[in-house]
Amino acid sequence: MAKKLMVQVERLNKSFGDLHVLRNINLQVEESDVVVLIGASGSGKSTLLRCLNFLEIKDDGKIFLEGEQVEKDTHNLNEIRQRVGMVFQHFNLFPHKTVLENVIEAPILVKNTPKKQAIEEGKVLLDKVGLSDKYHVYPSTLSGGQKQRVAIARSLAMNPEVMLFDEPTSALDPELVGEVLNTMKELAEEGMTMVVVTHEMGFAREVGDRVVYMHDGKIVEYGKPEEIFDGPKEQRTKEFLSSIL
Amino acid sequence: MSHFFDVFMESYPIFLEGLKITLYLSAASLVMAFVIGLFFAILKISSIKPLQWIADAYIWLIRGTPLIVQIFVLYYGITEIILIDAFWAGAIGLAIHSGAYIAEIIRGSIQSIAKGQMEAGRSLGMTKLQTMRRIILPQAFRRAIPSLGNQFIIGIKDSSLVSFIGAQELFGVSSSLGSNSFDFLTFYSIAAIYYLVIVLVLSVVVNRIEKRLAKSD
Ligand SMILES: Nc1ncnc2c1ncn2[C@@H]1O[C@H](COP(=O)(O)OP(=O)(O)OP(=O)(O)O)[C@@H](O)[C@H]1O
Ligand SMILES: [Mg+2]
Repeated sequence: MAKKLMVQVERLNKSFGDLHVLRNINLQVEESDVVVLIGASGSGKSTLLRCLNFLEIKDDGKIFLEGEQVEKDTHNLNEIRQRVGMVFQHFNLFPHKTVLENVIEAPILVKNTPKKQAIEEGKVLLDKVGLSDKYHVYPSTLSGGQKQRVAIARSLAMNPEVMLFDEPTSALDPELVGEVLNTMKELAEEGMTMVVVTHEMGFAREVGDRVVYMHDGKIVEYGKPEEIFDGPKEQRTKEFLSSIL
Repeated sequence: MSHFFDVFMESYPIFLEGLKITLYLSAASLVMAFVIGLFFAILKISSIKPLQWIADAYIWLIRGTPLIVQIFVLYYGITEIILIDAFWAGAIGLAIHSGAYIAEIIRGSIQSIAKGQMEAGRSLGMTKLQTMRRIILPQAFRRAIPSLGNQFIIGIKDSSLVSFIGAQELFGVSSSLGSNSFDFLTFYSIAAIYYLVIVLVLSVVVNRIEKRLAKSD
């Protein structure tokens, strides 16, 4: 039986001024799948993710969430963004709020979750990402890996249907990468639908269900991790893979 | 020196009256200035061009003219329409003046907050306004505290100019006492001491707040 399509992108285009950054992107993400985006710097990976949660507004093409076409004119994008979580390379935690406050802010403010309930749920999430001893500290006291796990918990607190990760480990010291990837792996195993931009090829191979190789704003190759990594069909994919491995 | 001390002790009840008016005047104008400043800062960072122009025009007008001229224009302008006393005309004049500088301070500190903060808020489903209120502004205010404190100190000293439309605040009191006795030097020196003490206390308070907030960062 075919799985439900969580995200569908059809002929998506996006330009910044004269710079045509996304060219006719087609992409489908099935429920519980982990899709890994790879590609050189400037190939448009971040822009694609940002279009998916409407931090950038596409020029043309269609975006469907759970089968429903989403347009900025017909939908309240603030509601759409609640359904699509995003984790950033530089964490973007709120420095003036404690770890727990970071996590409960949006549920209370946006979903009107009662504070007591938000705190309980927030603690559960922080326990889940291994930060049960850090509820009341400020982000500046955390390591990069801990910060990113708080950011993941913060995003999960909105109960998103899809999670987007934009190079979540690129700003981390090498010894801290593993703890974040493990958290993401657990999330994937629980069935979260994820789109991940990463240079961690081990993660892509192990956790990814699909790998997408982007070049110059186009999807050049798409397939299962073993297809892409062990037998890339396109010359450019081969060159990219040999340049990073 | 003992003459100075005697005059200081003799005059202090009158000076305390003036001090009280200086403090009320400063406090009233600072509160209004803060609201005005925040308002124009938000106009300036809005993406709506005409609103930006309004803010630019206001800031240009205020920064391009002397405070004393602003106070006079406002006082004589307002009293054409409604009767208002020197205290409130002065407080409003000072507020409009400081407001321009505070607008620039707040705008600068808002723009110094990393872009990722707004994006993080938006990505959680918060509206622009919610993110501004809950995420950006609290951080921006912390960052602005030293400059705001500085502007508040300038505001207190500037309040002396309101004596020129008749307010009997510190400077007004010392002028009156001076012209009654022709001992201008002594009375203006006493006024200077009062100002120094106010400024000193305010600096200490601002410093404390800064240190306290630095801890939670
Ligand atoms: N807001 C913007 N305004 C103008 N140009 C932009 C903007 N955002 C991205 N770009 C440009 O679009 C192109 C694609 O950028 P994007 O960030 O999507 O690439 P990326 O694949 O994520 O690269 P990296 O691996 O460096 O993160 C780049 O040339 C970038 O300079
Ligand atoms: Mg990127």
